Amino acid sequence: MKSNFEVKGLSVEVDPSSHEASTFAEAPVDKSARRGKRVVFGVNLTVKSGEVHALMGPNGSGKSSLALVLMGHPAYQAVSGSVELGGKNLLSLKPNERAKLGLFLSFQNPVAVPGVSLGQLIWSSYKSITGDGKADIREFYETVKKQAKNMGLKEEMLERFINDGFSGGEKKKAELLMLLSLQPKFVILDEIDSGLDVDTLKKAAEVVNQLVKKGTGVLLITHNQKILKYVKPNVVHVLKEGRIVKSGQVKLAREIEEKGYAGI
Amino acid sequence: MMTKGLSKQIVEEVSVYKKDPFWMTKLRLQALEYFQKAPMPASPAQRGEPAFGGDLSGLDFDKIHYFIKSGNGVKHAWKDVPKEIKRTYDKLGIPKAEQKFLAGVSAQWDSEMVYGSLLKDLKEQGVVFLSMDEGLQQYPELVKEYFGTVIPINDNKFASLNSAVWSGGCFIYVPPKVSISLPLQAYFRINAKNIGQFERTLIIADRGSFVHYIEGCTSPVYTTDSLHAGVVEIIVKHGARVRYTTVQNWSKNVYNLVTKRAKVEENGVMEWVDFNNGSKLTMKYPSALLVGRGAKVDMLSLAMAGAGQVQDTGGKAIHLASKTSSVIRSKSISHHGGKTSYRGLVKIAPGVKDVKSKTICQALIMDERSKSETYPAISAIGANCELSHEATISKISEEQIFYLQSRGIEKEEAEAMIVNGFIKPLVRELPMEYAIELNQLIRLEMEGAA
Ligand SMILES: Nc1ncnc2c1ncn2[C@@H]1O[C@H](COP(=O)(O)OP(=O)(O)O)[C@@H](O)[C@H]1O
Ligand SMILES: [Mg+2]
Repeated sequence: MKSNFEVKGLSVEVDPSSHEASTFAEAPVDKSARRGKRVVFGVNLTVKSGEVHALMGPNGSGKSSLALVLMGHPAYQAVSGSVELGGKNLLSLKPNERAKLGLFLSFQNPVAVPGVSLGQLIWSSYKSITGDGKADIREFYETVKKQAKNMGLKEEMLERFINDGFSGGEKKKAELLMLLSLQPKFVILDEIDSGLDVDTLKKAAEVVNQLVKKGTGVLLITHNQKILKYVKPNVVHVLKEGRIVKSGQVKLAREIEEKGYAGI
Repeated sequence: MMTKGLSKQIVEEVSVYKKDPFWMTKLRLQALEYFQKAPMPASPAQRGEPAFGGDLSGLDFDKIHYFIKSGNGVKHAWKDVPKEIKRTYDKLGIPKAEQKFLAGVSAQWDSEMVYGSLLKDLKEQGVVFLSMDEGLQQYPELVKEYFGTVIPINDNKFASLNSAVWSGGCFIYVPPKVSISLPLQAYFRINAKNIGQFERTLIIADRGSFVHYIEGCTSPVYTTDSLHAGVVEIIVKHGARVRYTTVQNWSKNVYNLVTKRAKVEENGVMEWVDFNNGSKLTMKYPSALLVGRGAKVDMLSLAMAGAGQVQDTGGKAIHLASKTSSVIRSKSISHHGGKTSYRGLVKIAPGVKDVKSKTICQALIMDERSKSETYPAISAIGANCELSHEATISKISEEQIFYLQSRGIEKEEAEAMIVNGFIKPLVRELPMEYAIELNQLIRLEMEGAA
């Protein structure tokens, strides 16, 4: 079963009407400054089933914007181009429909949702994505508990409201836990490595590598070489000011380490 | 007997029809005078402040039926009941017979048969559990001793109105040390007399007793009359505990203006659990007068306001004795442009010491058009008092919905998950069948379908 992920000529604007959309702390105060601001310009990308593509780039180059538009965030508009997963057009679909087709985004900064516990979210996602009406909640929980423990997440975390007061590392682990139970076809990991200690980083890599072995395609967003020691990308892309300026082999990542983005 | 408007003559007619004892007739007439003299709660513009309890200018006292003979007055035809109300009944899975009753089509049904044995048990323990009308007939002395002692007939305009024309409601007396394990609920869920517009409830829990009373149900109560002005008085004697649970969903044309108050004696405990949905405007602030040492009150309320609705609710704790404590937990949800306000009062009388009081208000706002406000008032004097107040207003953000959607969950489902998590502390306190209904109702409301 092949589920290639194809992005063609994708340009993205940030929706000015959405004032809550910012995924980072210092959102611009002046809303008008954001009016139809273009953040991604004509991006092309083909990730085949079972491939890993690394996407690297300096802060503010548009990596998260790209990830969010692919998932269908309402504040980010694809103004041109197309996105397909397994031959199906994603851009006209709601985020939950994209998820059902097998797309998963691990957020750089996942938002807290008071009222909904981590365990409840994993269970609800699992049910709606797999459509598995016969799944047994207790069995499922047992598995999730084991996975959590293996990830270094305390069992009590499952009872806590998702991301509410979680540390940076705990948020990433929770994202990985969801990734693990949903077994998607294509995964976008937005800086999954930031804030993780080496041991957890290795675990994260393990999770990703397992999925890749089963045919999952991966877009690995990072600006840090460390994770590339454990997850081997087939291709490395460099994004600068919203444009892919260079694509190449792993040695491109090393080059960046030596020369910085300015030298690319 | 369907005259609109209120006069001395109407009040006298009510009194004669109900075969009131003389003192009650006198009380009604005096209350009428208070009602006529009392000003409407001032409008916001007059006082240059935010609306106290919202706008009452749409309320026309001359257009209301003050007296409907029970059994024949409430009826209207099933075909006249609005479609959306019927749809909600169906979605809530309410049986047809009960639907007709709730919609005021049938006025009564046979509760004796179903609840007869429960009532017999209670009787043997000396518990009195009657409609207020029957209570007054059968226990005039007891009623006279307590009626209007917690909420005087001149307490506020709507309490005066209720005192003048009250009809229906519930009368409960629990003898010393008797503890009623089952909530007194189902019987009144289907007792027409309880759904009066001007119902009057009096509960007396004698020394060391316990009772849990539940009124209402989640189905919208349909009425063509637009005013509900109830009064609930509760007396919690030495060491007794009373829990009063309300689950109410008035149809959207109703002004719901209820005065609820408990007087709590030494080491007594009063618990208010209050869920309010529907109505055009609800003004309701369950209160407790903590008159004895060590008396406690715990209030847990949830108000939900949708399109065109205002829920102005809160709680009051008046500490009149030392070592008393109060906890007020108030939650509200505003959606589809609805508005909720919390209005609280914690008062400590001069010379009163060692008081503990905690107020926690949490508001959830579902969209840009909806609103929520908080007006706590604390007036404290006294030594060694611990008082705290916390208020949080949270908005469901696009970001949160998107996050849940990205995990395969539909938007509506995502909203329902957040809301259900928010109301969980209240739902946990309800008996199972109410909890299930409540969750269903909230889902319908969120879809904008209820
Ligand atoms: N919601 C938003 N509101 C305003 N500006 C945004 C928003 N999202 C992204 N941007 C802008 O788009 C550019 C790219 O940001 P982002 O995609 O977060 O970059 P990266 O993830 O590569 O650090 C930045 O200039 C940022 O200010
Ligand atoms: Mg980013």
